[in-house]
Amino acid sequence: MSAVMSEKWVEIGNLDEIPKLGSRVVRTASDEIAIFRAADDRVFALSNRCPHKQGPLSEGILHGHRVTCPLHNWVIELENGEAVAPDVGCAKSYPVRLEGEMILLAI
Amino acid sequence: MKERLVLIGNGMAGVRTLEELLKLEPDKYEITVFGSEPHPNYNRILLSPVLAGEKKFDEIVLNKREWYQQHDITLHAGSPVVEINRVKRKVIAADGTEAAYDRLLLATGSSPFIIPVPGANLEGVISFRDIHDVEQMLAASRQYKRAVVIGGGLLGLEAANGLIKQGMEVSVVHLMETLMERQLDAAAGAMLKRSLEENGMHFLMGAQTDAILGEERVTGVRFKDGSEVKADLVVMAVGIRPNIELAKQAGLYCERGVVVNDTMQTYDPRIYALGECVQHRDTCYGLVAPLFEQAKVCANHLAELGYGRYEGSVTSTKLKVTGIELFSAGDFHGDEQTEEIVFQDQAGGTYKKLVIKDNRISGAVLYGNTVDGAWYFQLMREGTDISDMRESLLFGEAAHLGSSGHGGQSKASAMGDEAQVCDCNGVCKGDIVKAITSEGLFTVDDVKAHTKAGASCGSCIGLVEQILANTLGGDYSAPEAKPICACTDFTHDQVRSTIREYELTDKQAVFDKMDWRTPDGCHVCRPAINYYLISAWPGKAEDDAQSRFVNERVHGNIQKDGTFSVIPRILGGRTTPDELRAIADAADKFNVGEVNLTGGQRINMLGVKKEDLPAMWAFLTERGLLSGHAYGKALRTVKTCVGSTWCRFGTQDSTGLGIKLEEMTWASWMPHKFKMAVSGCPRNCAEATIKDFGVVCVDSGYELHIGGNGGVKVRATDVLCRVTTEEEVMEHCAAFIQLYREEARYLERTAPWIERVGLSYIKKRIVEDVPGRKALYARFLESQEVAQHDPWTARAKGAEAHEFTPIKQIGE
Repeated sequence: MSAVMSEKWVEIGNLDEIPKLGSRVVRTASDEIAIFRAADDRVFALSNRCPHKQGPLSEGILHGHRVTCPLHNWVIELENGEAVAPDVGCAKSYPVRLEGEMILLAI
Repeated sequence: MKERLVLIGNGMAGVRTLEELLKLEPDKYEITVFGSEPHPNYNRILLSPVLAGEKKFDEIVLNKREWYQQHDITLHAGSPVVEINRVKRKVIAADGTEAAYDRLLLATGSSPFIIPVPGANLEGVISFRDIHDVEQMLAASRQYKRAVVIGGGLLGLEAANGLIKQGMEVSVVHLMETLMERQLDAAAGAMLKRSLEENGMHFLMGAQTDAILGEERVTGVRFKDGSEVKADLVVMAVGIRPNIELAKQAGLYCERGVVVNDTMQTYDPRIYALGECVQHRDTCYGLVAPLFEQAKVCANHLAELGYGRYEGSVTSTKLKVTGIELFSAGDFHGDEQTEEIVFQDQAGGTYKKLVIKDNRISGAVLYGNTVDGAWYFQLMREGTDISDMRESLLFGEAAHLGSSGHGGQSKASAMGDEAQVCDCNGVCKGDIVKAITSEGLFTVDDVKAHTKAGASCGSCIGLVEQILANTLGGDYSAPEAKPICACTDFTHDQVRSTIREYELTDKQAVFDKMDWRTPDGCHVCRPAINYYLISAWPGKAEDDAQSRFVNERVHGNIQKDGTFSVIPRILGGRTTPDELRAIADAADKFNVGEVNLTGGQRINMLGVKKEDLPAMWAFLTERGLLSGHAYGKALRTVKTCVGSTWCRFGTQDSTGLGIKLEEMTWASWMPHKFKMAVSGCPRNCAEATIKDFGVVCVDSGYELHIGGNGGVKVRATDVLCRVTTEEEVMEHCAAFIQLYREEARYLERTAPWIERVGLSYIKKRIVEDVPGRKALYARFLESQEVAQHDPWTARAKGAEAHEFTPIKQIGE
């Protein structure tokens, strides 16, 4: 897949720039990506569009490793972007990791 | 090593317990299930539709074999247990299979009662209990013509209805003079009988069976009076009796059923029992809702959480016969201490009876129009004092609320499959019925999740409940006290009182104290808990931004495209050219997509990008405008008319009073949004009688109104009292708001709150208890000391800056 070929890791900011159970966005030329910080300090990255009606997931309430879309309460798994049943749909997910306190995103 | 849990009885009660347990403790037990039928768990209450040819067996299976595999459950189907050895702690099945247990769960259900008359064992005499019986009935209907159903109760009538659908001639034999006498009074029973006769059912009332006739196969039935009827099939549906033989044999204490305590334990604490085989506080249940409530408690105890208690169920009944609307609940016969309110329209086919005891509903029978069954049932279970609504009670919830606003349909059974039930999400009746049967749904919440019906404005919930009841029979009812969400079994009221009693000031303390199932709650419980914390401990509990819905976190209303709306506060609806210029300039400067006027006398600027919000707020606040909180569960607007300053009819300065009220109350967080209005005279141009708190000025002073609503369900206000000075208006207003803040549940508007607690209660607290009112007033002002700061000004100066900017921009 070409995405893998051209994938590069970009430093996007420190962990403490995102509140616990909060989210902030990264803008790229082609997408807006929501970076989530769970209570256990794990970070996740999803395209900032709910698979239902494109609601901004970064504005949702985080709980566990899930986020609830603010528009119609769809619940999305942060790990893979899948909607929690009975809803069906998937938001694109991006590789993201922590190096010390630095958040790195692959785009 | 894992503990071993053995379940005897692979039916709805037992398997439901396992499902509840797996939600709580998925890995605690190694689970083995014994079932006497050779099938996986199926939905027994849908046997009637299978008999009527409306469903196939596969469609009513609840847990397929894969489910057992997925959860590593060993299933022995078609393997009845014949012995429990309590000393060696093992069970032994008829085929010799043994399983050892650490804990044992008995859910052996019940058996049909077979009347001990000669001929009861002839071929063609069957009961109506399991899928095997249904198959036998279906086979008989293909070969034979005449069926007799003994028993005119719920089960008998559903069997008779199914057999008619299969083309048989059916006579129902009933010992009593009233059909379904355990659920209906004589009047409703007679109406039911007439409609069923119109559908082709025959009845033999007051008939006592003496013998079943025939050599090998049944040929007829003889009665005590000597009369006979011919029959090729006899269905015995006279009742059920709990299956307690196994428990008795094992030495467990039994009366009519296996006797259990409030944690569903038998006299041997290692052995639990639930469902139709048990007797709890002297009652045996034969409906599904109580079993599900028992399952929750039993699972809670098996998971060693230990706070669940089963305290008995109040049940309601519906008959699953197409075209017949019938509802009954509670003690509908009444006695010397009860009163009755009755509505009877023979020709129109409507009958309603409510039995009232001590101003509370203790029973209800509805025939023909059952739309308010769920409402009466709720009033009954909650023990609501109905004295304030006695006159309109029988005309239903809509009549009581003045007018129901949106929505015309009220009879689910009269609707076609393509009729739309949920007008917000476009869900038809057929979609809902299909989801209920194919997905195995039992509650309104299940239906909401799967179909989205009722998931938006909620005005069709009553209809959804009816469809659920018509599809499953009446016993679907939700548990009496609903938990906040799936993270806990505790209710709103329990959470709030725990927060007060233990002086909890942050969400983690609540999660720890109350054993939350999830590490940090969910989008339902977190905002509620945050509200309970900040309203209980103003200044002491920290407001948690991440527990706020986006609108309250960002102080604007999110729109469908992710932009926000900005609505500045316009106190009392009175503005100035300077304010209007500032709004106009802001709209130009920040390229707002659209400007419109709201229903609350303010100006709405739509389409503002999130990162522009702080600059726009800086612009507006520098020009004297504040946040309108149009996005919050908070004081919204105070609508006014121009009052005595200008209007030739005005009796008081309504605009001035509106401004004072708004100045006192803005920025106060509440359980839900809160709207006010002040009208200058009884012409009521400010529409004060559909607001949460309304003032209608009169020549002698002020008439105060509460609990109005103009939304999903229109509700006119109740009059609280009259006062003579503005100071008194302010004090009553603040005290009422504070009572609402302290006692209403999160997301409960004042209208349903007053419905729930009763107007008399509010009057007692606000009007009669003068020191109490003054204390509420003082607590409100104290809370406002902390809350009344403009969030826009703070953010314009840089507060919460991370909220409004991307963490990183990559490329263009």
